[in-house]
Amino acid sequence: MEWEVVIGLEIHAQLATKSKIFSGASTAYGAAPNRQACAVDLGLPGVLPVLNKEAVRMAVKFGLAIDAEIAPRSVFARKNYFYPDLPKGYQISQFELPVVGIGHIDIEVDGKVKRIGVTRAHLEEDAGKSLHEDFHGQTGVDLNRAGTPLLEIVSEPDLRSAKEAVAYMKKLHELVRYIDICDGNMAEGSFRCDANVSVRPKGQEEYGTRAEVKNLNSFRFIEKAINHEVERQIDLIETGGKVVQETRLYDANKDETRSMRSKEEANDYRYFPDPDLLPLEVDEALKAAIRKTLPELPDEKRQRFIDEYNLSAYDAAILTATKELAGFYEQVVKASGADPKLCSNWVTGEFSGALNKAGIELSDSPINAEQFSGLIKRISDETVSGKIAKQVFELLWEEGGDADSIIEAKGLKQITDSGAIEAIIDQIIADNQGQVEQYRGGKTKLMGFFVGQVMKQTQGKANPGEVNKLLKPKLDG
Amino acid sequence: MSLEVEDVTKIARLARLEIKSGDVEHYASELSGILDFVDRLNAADTSAVTPMAHPLEQVQRLREDEVTETNQRELFQSIAPEVEDGLYLVPKVIE
Repeated sequence: MEWEVVIGLEIHAQLATKSKIFSGASTAYGAAPNRQACAVDLGLPGVLPVLNKEAVRMAVKFGLAIDAEIAPRSVFARKNYFYPDLPKGYQISQFELPVVGIGHIDIEVDGKVKRIGVTRAHLEEDAGKSLHEDFHGQTGVDLNRAGTPLLEIVSEPDLRSAKEAVAYMKKLHELVRYIDICDGNMAEGSFRCDANVSVRPKGQEEYGTRAEVKNLNSFRFIEKAINHEVERQIDLIETGGKVVQETRLYDANKDETRSMRSKEEANDYRYFPDPDLLPLEVDEALKAAIRKTLPELPDEKRQRFIDEYNLSAYDAAILTATKELAGFYEQVVKASGADPKLCSNWVTGEFSGALNKAGIELSDSPINAEQFSGLIKRISDETVSGKIAKQVFELLWEEGGDADSIIEAKGLKQITDSGAIEAIIDQIIADNQGQVEQYRGGKTKLMGFFVGQVMKQTQGKANPGEVNKLLKPKLDG
Repeated sequence: MSLEVEDVTKIARLARLEIKSGDVEHYASELSGILDFVDRLNAADTSAVTPMAHPLEQVQRLREDEVTETNQRELFQSIAPEVEDGLYLVPKVIE
């Protein structure tokens, strides 16, 4: 039987506020345990939550970026369950009336664009962390993360493969960083995902029973975990079994999902409006003000790069992968005044390659846009050849400074003076009569040998175009 | 509307309340009585009324995003039953 996979994702994006969603405790990552857990976060008696303005702005900003309805009035609710890292016994979340309503995001898989519906996005607080190791058979609880603002983004069950799910998640990951609402650090848990996965016979209208796969915190894991879960469900059904609705945990070490039975019983959260919080209102004026803070979005930027700089869709996609790289590129184009395609080649090639090799982010690059533009200028005006430019780039990267000084100090300036090149060519022809005879006898491949000799004589500094132009007539005699 | 004995047992478990088995019937009947009041409220026509999320006709005030809390871990942990390395210790829970 042919099966169709149906996936919906719930993505939790940690909002990049300085303080927590309902308290003035810091959200900075990596503090010693419980030093950033205040009385509100601990749920001590008598405390009241007060909503963080910036968290609301960020949620609205996201809603506007995905063309969603922004609720003029939304409500916070208590989601009740017991767990040691949830000191109040409930999580403050939004249930019936979320701040962000229906929106959408376009993904591209195998060259095809597909629109994925976003059901809703709501504000909520994160829980703390439980540490199960090494406490004499007890569990240690760190509540620094408790109360960190999260935006839970829920997709429609529109995704039809693990690949689409990954594309969707990457697209959201890019978007939240573009609009500066989340740092996107998956290793630190700032951006994580649960997947609702089900299968149904192809052509069937109604959905199959779904399982929720939790703990997906890398793009690679999501694809593997979903594929694994799909296989498990198909095997189960084909051997006469039934999928049960449950929560499953992905174990990256074993590459399998396993049932979290303890979560099943707790699945009755008895939501009700939180009496400690009043309804949240977002009026047109606030919406308009937030809309003004929206930067150019990734899809718009990509299209503009294609139109304005005449780049291929592929190059435009690489350059706009982050707002920072796109900004760097545009600075280089502007400052160098060089061909945008040339700039693109060097930014996506040599420059990005060096960042990857060093394993650093653009913000930590030893070369800034101005220094890089200095080099591009000299490639563009043919002061140096592409090959020599790579040497200059390495020196810039290792030792800093500026391209012109390096070219000057190391004598790397390209030789374009045809007289000088001609003299070198004449000498080489005189020294290699054997090869000249062979060339004239029809072995024209030897052209490469002569070009190589000229380059060797000039340490690569001869202008290759000039060399070819002068060499050929001389060899042909 | 009436609650069954099983409903009461389930609600009690979700709320982590210990109820003596002999008392369950009693609670079921009392809680059912409360739900009967709700049923009478439900009988009122509210189709023209916007649902209320809070008894106060006000909207949520927002605070600026500023860190105003300082570390008071030692104070908070002085009343905790058990702590180690800055962590609160609780009976083992494991998934």
